[in-house]
Amino acid sequence: MRRNLVFTLMSIEIMLNAAGLAFIAAGAHWIQAEGQVMFLFILAMAASEVSVGLALLLRLYQQHGVLDADSASEMKG
Amino acid sequence: MLQLTGIIPAIPFFSFLLLAIFGPRMARRAVSVTGVGSIGASAIISGIITAAFISAPPAGWAYHEVIWRWMSVSSFQADIGFYLDALSLVMVLVITFVAFLIHLYSTEYMEGDEGYSRFFAYMNLFVASMIMLVLADNLLLLYLGWEGVGLCSYLLIGFWYTDPANGRAARKAFIVTRVGDTSMVIGLFLIFQRLGTLNIQELMHRASLQWPAGAAVAIAAAALLLGGAVGKSAQLPLQTWLPDAMAGPTPTSALIHAATMVTAGVYLIARTHVLFSLAPPVMLAVAVIGAATLLLAGCSALTQRDIKRVLAYSTISQIGYMFLALGVGAWSAAIFHFMTHAFFKALLFLAAGAVIQAQHEEHDIFKMGGLRRMIPITFWAFLISGCALAGLPIITAGFYSKGMILWGAWSSPQGAPALWIAGLVGVLLTSLYIFRVIFVAFFGEAQIPVEHPPRLAKNLSMIVLSVLSIGAGWVNLPSYLGNKLWLNDLLYTALPAVAERPAGWLTEGWSEGIVTAAFVVGLIVAYGLYLRHRGATRPLTENALGRAIHEFWSADWGFDFAYDKLLVAPVMWFAQVDKRDFIDKFYDGLAALSRACYRALSATESGRVRWYAASIVGGTVIFVFLVLFL
Amino acid sequence: MYLLFYISGAIAIFATVMTITRLNAIHALLYFVVSLLSVAVVFYILGAPFIAALEVIIYAGAIMVLFIFVVMMMNLGQRAVELESQWLSPRMWIGPEILAAVLIAEVVYLLSRTPVEVHAIEFVEPQEVGPALFGPYLIGVELASMLLLGALVGAYHLGYRKPKAVENLNADDTDATRAAAGGDTVRAGHDRPVSAA
Repeated sequence: MRRNLVFTLMSIEIMLNAAGLAFIAAGAHWIQAEGQVMFLFILAMAASEVSVGLALLLRLYQQHGVLDADSASEMKG
Repeated sequence: MLQLTGIIPAIPFFSFLLLAIFGPRMARRAVSVTGVGSIGASAIISGIITAAFISAPPAGWAYHEVIWRWMSVSSFQADIGFYLDALSLVMVLVITFVAFLIHLYSTEYMEGDEGYSRFFAYMNLFVASMIMLVLADNLLLLYLGWEGVGLCSYLLIGFWYTDPANGRAARKAFIVTRVGDTSMVIGLFLIFQRLGTLNIQELMHRASLQWPAGAAVAIAAAALLLGGAVGKSAQLPLQTWLPDAMAGPTPTSALIHAATMVTAGVYLIARTHVLFSLAPPVMLAVAVIGAATLLLAGCSALTQRDIKRVLAYSTISQIGYMFLALGVGAWSAAIFHFMTHAFFKALLFLAAGAVIQAQHEEHDIFKMGGLRRMIPITFWAFLISGCALAGLPIITAGFYSKGMILWGAWSSPQGAPALWIAGLVGVLLTSLYIFRVIFVAFFGEAQIPVEHPPRLAKNLSMIVLSVLSIGAGWVNLPSYLGNKLWLNDLLYTALPAVAERPAGWLTEGWSEGIVTAAFVVGLIVAYGLYLRHRGATRPLTENALGRAIHEFWSADWGFDFAYDKLLVAPVMWFAQVDKRDFIDKFYDGLAALSRACYRALSATESGRVRWYAASIVGGTVIFVFLVLFL
Repeated sequence: MYLLFYISGAIAIFATVMTITRLNAIHALLYFVVSLLSVAVVFYILGAPFIAALEVIIYAGAIMVLFIFVVMMMNLGQRAVELESQWLSPRMWIGPEILAAVLIAEVVYLLSRTPVEVHAIEFVEPQEVGPALFGPYLIGVELASMLLLGALVGAYHLGYRKPKAVENLNADDTDATRAAAGGDTVRAGHDRPVSAA
């Protein structure tokens, strides 16, 4: 597992993209518009998630000075 | 009018609830009015009911009312029901009236105390339980009242709970009476199993039909009930709790441990007299216990320094008289003595309480003196009640009741001269110890200045009780004074009369004369030892034998010591040893298991995002696996 | 047609693998952009031209650009790369590899169970997608707009910094204050190793 948070967020994008690809493929298989509709929603969701995630990333970076995901473990126990 | 009977215990009970819930927030005056007023109302109602009962007696001289069915389980039924006959009528009247006067007294006695409302709550609960006990128509309800008064006794002995000694005294009282209560419960089980009912009149009827006199089952049942009575009434061998119960406030000692609760045993035996009549060995045991106790306690009272402990032993001794009367079959004499004893013993305690508060909470009589001039009303109260206790002829109530008991001991078919002689020696001892207290504490020179002389509430209660201590005996004028036995006639409607043996050389008058002589002898000896020649007892106590006897009697004839060594110490030792037994290990194991689970689970909350993500992925894999292949 | 599909697919897979194994964040992001572009081609071949365009414009063009800008803003230097190489040791990725392998096996198994008939690709025109969005999926559109609004406000709020009196621009000071962080720090500033404090 990668500790750098940038890579974590990037991996999330990869996963979303992959899910969208699956949806399009299914829509193409049954020749319906729904697959594309779902992909649009996924896209919108990915966009919002990226913006908020990156804002949080910046915050974390300011606070801790490192991008280490393990440094934000104050909620342990 | 007799339907009001149910209200008599109800008013104090509701007053208890009120004071228990709202007491701390009520003003002092409101608490006093509630606490005293409820008992006053009960007293008035009992008076009305007494008048109604005597003037227009119900059928069979008994009034029975069932309020509701308490429980009905297969073959067992128990009701909340009241049975009012002459016996319970007398008991209720005396209890409510004396309780009212004692509550009145306590408004002044407990006035500075911060547990004021709690005190009145407990006292009211006590009165309610006692009335319930007395009015109960079945043994289960009686047992409820029995336990209720035991509880209140515990609560009130340990009233000032911040001192651990008071807690110990309260626990001792509760545990010792518990022994008696267990015996009584086993008796109840036996009675129910053999007779099929716990309704008192019903069971007595069935017992008289089914059990021949002297049957083993009758002896067993009566003996078990006697065990309960012995515990509650502080007779041999369970008398050790009463002297220590003096740790409670004086009004408590007056009400519970003099006038009412300790007489519950007497009431129980009188109530179930048929059972006892069917078991002559048990009757003999009752009489012997009574005689032995009265002598033992009388001796112990002679050696006490604490004024309340003297009175405690005196109570034990006087109840011994009542047991003696019960044992020889003089049932009404026992109840008569209960009545007079309630008056003069309560008065003795109230006066003692006034003395204690006037002497800066000092209990030791040898540190007091000269109170005769300083608190005159208290002095007269104490003197009158002391004379009543000892049996000053004609003008005190105790004379009549004690005379009747001793005459019964001599003349009853179950009586014996030995019992009469024991009673006589008891009179001598009684006179001796009470005048000892009077002469030492009230005469002589003042040692401690008087601090809080009693005011209206205390004085009023003491005066009323003094009048009663003088006049209460006149309801039963013996044969040589007119033979007008009004109280006995009333009680004979509920209790069997004493059959008299053909008179031997001793008539009642002569018996009384000898008893009076004993009283006078005791008075003179006390006068000589304690007033005239103040240090006259010193050679007696400085002698080695005298000191040994003094120590022995002062320590309640070694009962406390014996119980401690034989019963208490082994149990405590075993409890210590058994502290970490396997049952404890089981529960420790449970606790350790939950702690281990806690540790394990809290380790999963590492706060690291990567760990959470990894566990999500792992969970997903497992889930998909399960869905696919299962 | 199918040849193009396989080529783009291979490029997509290869680019994604490169993305997740790079040490430098910028390199990884650029590889991801390549992956997105090839996936867009795949979309076109599958008959979703509208989505292919959207993929390029929004995903590769907006989201990834945002990513790249932010990473550039953080100014991770050589130090970060060294740190990554430390963190990405074989010991680290063996666990996730096993899990991923199991997942892939499960997916392949699932897919292989149901026989799929291959038929000709038909284009699903934007003219079909549009009415679908405004018809049955209208609520989804509204919700998506609310989501975007929330993200907008959230991102603005989280990114807002009250201007400090004097911001510490001197890297030496930041070095000193962050030297006690224990271990290596990936910090803004000059690209040089942390001097032992």
